[in-house]
Amino acid sequence: MPASQRSLPMPQPLISAKGLIKPATFLLCLLPVALAVYAVSQNRLGANPVESLLQLTGDWGLRFLLVTLAVTPLQFIFKWAWIARLRRMLGLFAFFYAVLHMVIWLVLDHGLRWDLIVQDIIEKKFIAVGVVVVAGLIPLALTSNRFSIRKLGTRWKTLHRIIYPLTLLAVVHYLWQVKANDIYEPLLYLVVLMILLGWRFYRLLKH
Amino acid sequence: MKKSRFQSKKISASEITPEAVFLKRRQFLAAAGLAIGATGMLPSLATAQDSRFDSLAKWPHSTEETQTPWDQATSYNNFYELGTDKGDPKKNARRLVTDPWSVEIAGECAKPGKYTLEDILKPHAYEERVYRLRCVEAWSMVIPWVGFPLADLLKRFEPNSNAKYVSFETILDKKRLPGQQYPVLQWPYVEGLRIDEAMHPLTLMAVGLYGKALPNQNGAPLRLVVPWKYGFKSIKSIVKISFVEEQPDTSWNLSAPREYGFYSNVNPTVSHPRWSQAQERRLDGKSTGLAALFAEKQDTLMYNGYEEEVAGLYTDLDLRKHF
Ligand code: HEM
Repeated sequence: MPASQRSLPMPQPLISAKGLIKPATFLLCLLPVALAVYAVSQNRLGANPVESLLQLTGDWGLRFLLVTLAVTPLQFIFKWAWIARLRRMLGLFAFFYAVLHMVIWLVLDHGLRWDLIVQDIIEKKFIAVGVVVVAGLIPLALTSNRFSIRKLGTRWKTLHRIIYPLTLLAVVHYLWQVKANDIYEPLLYLVVLMILLGWRFYRLLKH
Repeated sequence: MKKSRFQSKKISASEITPEAVFLKRRQFLAAAGLAIGATGMLPSLATAQDSRFDSLAKWPHSTEETQTPWDQATSYNNFYELGTDKGDPKKNARRLVTDPWSVEIAGECAKPGKYTLEDILKPHAYEERVYRLRCVEAWSMVIPWVGFPLADLLKRFEPNSNAKYVSFETILDKKRLPGQQYPVLQWPYVEGLRIDEAMHPLTLMAVGLYGKALPNQNGAPLRLVVPWKYGFKSIKSIVKISFVEEQPDTSWNLSAPREYGFYSNVNPTVSHPRWSQAQERRLDGKSTGLAALFAEKQDTLMYNGYEEEVAGLYTDLDLRKHF
């Protein structure tokens, strides 16, 4: 390309397929809450809507953590360069659903009764693990911006690697919460996580 | 299939009901038969007003609390044989075949044997009792059951002095019941009571709710209701009752002994590793939409509010050890 041409600003179409990916993903990620709000308004969440919302937000929190961890493998395996630009948004949605899950637990399930809340965190290890995961996600969410990346330099990468143990703890939280031997769903999430981590481990060994 | 079951009920019921009621019943049966002929929709029978319950005696001690709407009581169920999600039992209800049905009576009694459902039910007059039902998952309902005291049934088989406990079993049907295809719990589901608990006048053998036959997801055709214990003690779809000398191994107790004790009496002071038992969410349909989300939980009562009636059973028991 001649230099004279490169310096000319290309006329940008108002809507491009590339430019649409982000807003479309954003709306898609909001779909579970939107459907939940609609279901509440229509009284369609069953006999125990608080429990339904708690399960729904917990499920999506974990799913978004896994989807976030799937970005890099997808980028490399399918050569989808564009997907890397979604990583931050997906990670922040994992945080969003996890916080929503916690708020529902605090406000709707426990009616902000702090005595019962503290007792539950102390007595029930699956709850304690959940709190650790939310707490661990806070610094990641707070540093998900260009300023922090520049400021923290190589430490940023190190910090954000805690998403691996946090996701594992989120699966443990689910496994410990399950009744009887009804572990098939959390095991499925565990398998997905193992595949995502296994791929990274394999790449590490190869290089 | 369903039809013959209704006909057999008709014969036994006609012996004890006045003619007017009996005639009304025949009209109902005719209408039901017509419905089958016209549309072939068998399941509609299951939720139809059950003519066996036309003139139900009302138990005088029923709670006056707001009753859980039928829809909620029949769509939010723990019945792991039909699936582990609350909505599964209703979805998979057809997988449970309740006709023909028989109950095996075994162990320390004078009259063991295999009895048809009709034989089991025939001598008993049904009454309606509204009980609170408290699930170990910290929610509760208020349900009008139709049934008769378990004691009346057990006495007919003349248990002997070795009968210290009674154990109950749910149907085992691995081919049809979707939940039994996975070892989520030990199958068949087993529950048990101490003989004095089983003979207690509050302990109910239920065949219906809301004046209708038990839907499959609620434990058709015959289930236990023990209102002062966590719901999982109230075993569904019973096929076997045994009088035994030793405390039976029950399914939930085997699954997690530290969480689900043999007694499992409702007790707000003994916390469970999964749920605080101090409070419960009452599911009674009083509030809907957004208001349902902000509805306050209520304090759980000792023995689910039946303390006066049953506390005497446990005076010698350390309730922290025998939770
Ligand atoms: C303050 C922290 C947390 C608390 C107090 C908490 C509490 C709970 C509770 C009480 C349940 C049981 C819901 C039920 O009754 O079935 C649950 C389930 C669950 N939680 Fe959490 N949680 C926390 C954090 C998290 C986080 C960070 C994640 C993942 C990102 C997560 C994912 C899940 C999942 C996947 C389930 C299972 C949902 C289902 O049954 O489908 N939780 N949590």
